Amino acid sequence: MADTIQNNKRYEAGVIPYKKMGYWEPDYQPLDTDVIALFRITPQDGVDPEEAAAAVAGESSTATWTVVWTDRLTACDKYRAKAYRVDQVPGSEDQYFAYIAYDIQLFEPGSIANLTASIIGNVFGFKAIRALRLEDMRIPTAYMTTYKGPPTGIVVERERLDKFGRPLLGATTKPKLGLSGRNYGRVVYEALKGGLDFVKDDENINSQPFMHWRDRFLYVMEAVNKASAATGEVKGHYLNVTAATMEDMYERAEFAKELGSTIVMIDLVIGYTAIQSMSNWARKNDMILHLHRAGHSTYTRQKNHGVSFRVISKWMRMAGVDHIHAGTVVGKLEGDPNQIAGFYDVLREPFNETNLEHGIFFDQDWAGLNKCMPVASGGIHAGQMHQLLHYLGEDCVLQFGGGTIGHPDGIQAGATANRVALEAMIMARNEGRDYLAEGPDILNKAAKDCKPLQHALDTWKDITFNYSSTDTPDFVPTATASA
Amino acid sequence: MRITQGTFSFLPELTDDQIKKQVKYCLDNGWAVNLEYTDDPHPRNTYWEMYGQPMFDLKDPAGLMMDLEECRKTFPNHYIRVTAFDSTHQWETPRLSFIVNRPPSEPGFQVTRQECEGRKIRYTVHSYATDQPESQRYRN
Repeated sequence: MADTIQNNKRYEAGVIPYKKMGYWEPDYQPLDTDVIALFRITPQDGVDPEEAAAAVAGESSTATWTVVWTDRLTACDKYRAKAYRVDQVPGSEDQYFAYIAYDIQLFEPGSIANLTASIIGNVFGFKAIRALRLEDMRIPTAYMTTYKGPPTGIVVERERLDKFGRPLLGATTKPKLGLSGRNYGRVVYEALKGGLDFVKDDENINSQPFMHWRDRFLYVMEAVNKASAATGEVKGHYLNVTAATMEDMYERAEFAKELGSTIVMIDLVIGYTAIQSMSNWARKNDMILHLHRAGHSTYTRQKNHGVSFRVISKWMRMAGVDHIHAGTVVGKLEGDPNQIAGFYDVLREPFNETNLEHGIFFDQDWAGLNKCMPVASGGIHAGQMHQLLHYLGEDCVLQFGGGTIGHPDGIQAGATANRVALEAMIMARNEGRDYLAEGPDILNKAAKDCKPLQHALDTWKDITFNYSSTDTPDFVPTATASA
Repeated sequence: MRITQGTFSFLPELTDDQIKKQVKYCLDNGWAVNLEYTDDPHPRNTYWEMYGQPMFDLKDPAGLMMDLEECRKTFPNHYIRVTAFDSTHQWETPRLSFIVNRPPSEPGFQVTRQECEGRKIRYTVHSYATDQPESQRYRN
């Protein structure tokens, strides 16, 4: 039962618990048009979980610490967010999942900045809770359609690149800092000619003393066009236009366009508004927009506090990026297989069904927004191709940086090894083979026709990154007896 | 040079048996397959000539293999590709596309550079094959 004080005592000056102010409504039935947020709350010792949930609802909507009479000038019942369900987190003693519903009119249409200023604004520093994590959100269709989504999307990206039926292949130029423009372009040319579809600037390559941005763009586009002629394929390089100001970013993006680049890149650290602005620019200029999630682990990795990456994935698909790094499962960076499956579904599917094992707490209709291409990058190599295809599917970019540039026979050989491994695996999968189990055999057989692949397998065969993940699902599959 | 468009261009040329298995995969997914051929494999040449319509109601890969045999006879020195179209909502696009015939010798492409102001260069990728009139390309 709700403990809301019903009469005018509710508005007497002073401090009353949030629960009694109307922010805890266990009988509330969320409307189809409500935004719903699911928080993981760790209340301070002695704080009632329902009061903590009500406090989060209050602080992320209309409340402040004390009663204000000016509430009565508004339709305050409507504007109050309502915590309507609190469940103990399975296997945890002090954490609770709190479901909070927000009226759609609390939010400005099409503004991630406004949405997030409410949902993750003040509440994360709130004293009454020890830790808080935003686990998932249900965006109602009515609000979803106020966002433009990815400017290009998976379907059109593939049509523009003329590449179908397999993951795209990429690499990040290494070393990430220090190469001159001329040397940088060499790496790009070798990797593209060897068989990659894309090469990528790293997140922190902008315009430093060792390489001015214009110089990089010019040399890179020479490499891209030369490689395209050498192979007959469309090739690309994500030119990172991240800069100090929007004016600088627009200038760099315009230059990339003038040079004929198919794709530009931004970093997550530029902020949500800048991302939406660049998305508009990309839409106007037929440009694929790549997002590097620089900085996200500061708030996505720890399970008890921050924002889950599945929420960031949702926001970024709404904000409108075409590519986003979303984990590799097998590589060097954090990534539990079930969690990553959830992120990839959020980015790629037209509709997400609730799937607690994958951390998806709500059905989510994407209302026709384009699909966003997940990018797998960080410590992956050709020898893992069967696992990558199994975990990540074919609509993604696999980025082998060290796994291309670190090849003993050179960059072209590294790129060729990756492409051959990939095509062989796709062929085997399409032929109906159990490619996950037979993966190493498939690769070894393909390597008989391809020395670079053989050398890649020899070099990296034992390289794995088996550390336990910190960000794992709370719900594990329960074995059910088959009938 | 070897043009590496299509899903399997880095592997040895597909045997007819391998092509058949890929076509079966497409049909099992409910996709319509078709054949296209060209003598201008420029990376931006989207519209290769269609060899008949996409086979929307095909059940057996043998149907496509028969057409492929004819197509190869008619255009032995052209590029031929199999493309599979998916009509599912929010795909509605090719889902697989791979080369199944190519000329014995592939002349490739030239990069033309037009030097502009401020070190800027405008690039054009040019098919050597198109230096010849259409009927005279890739003749043995």
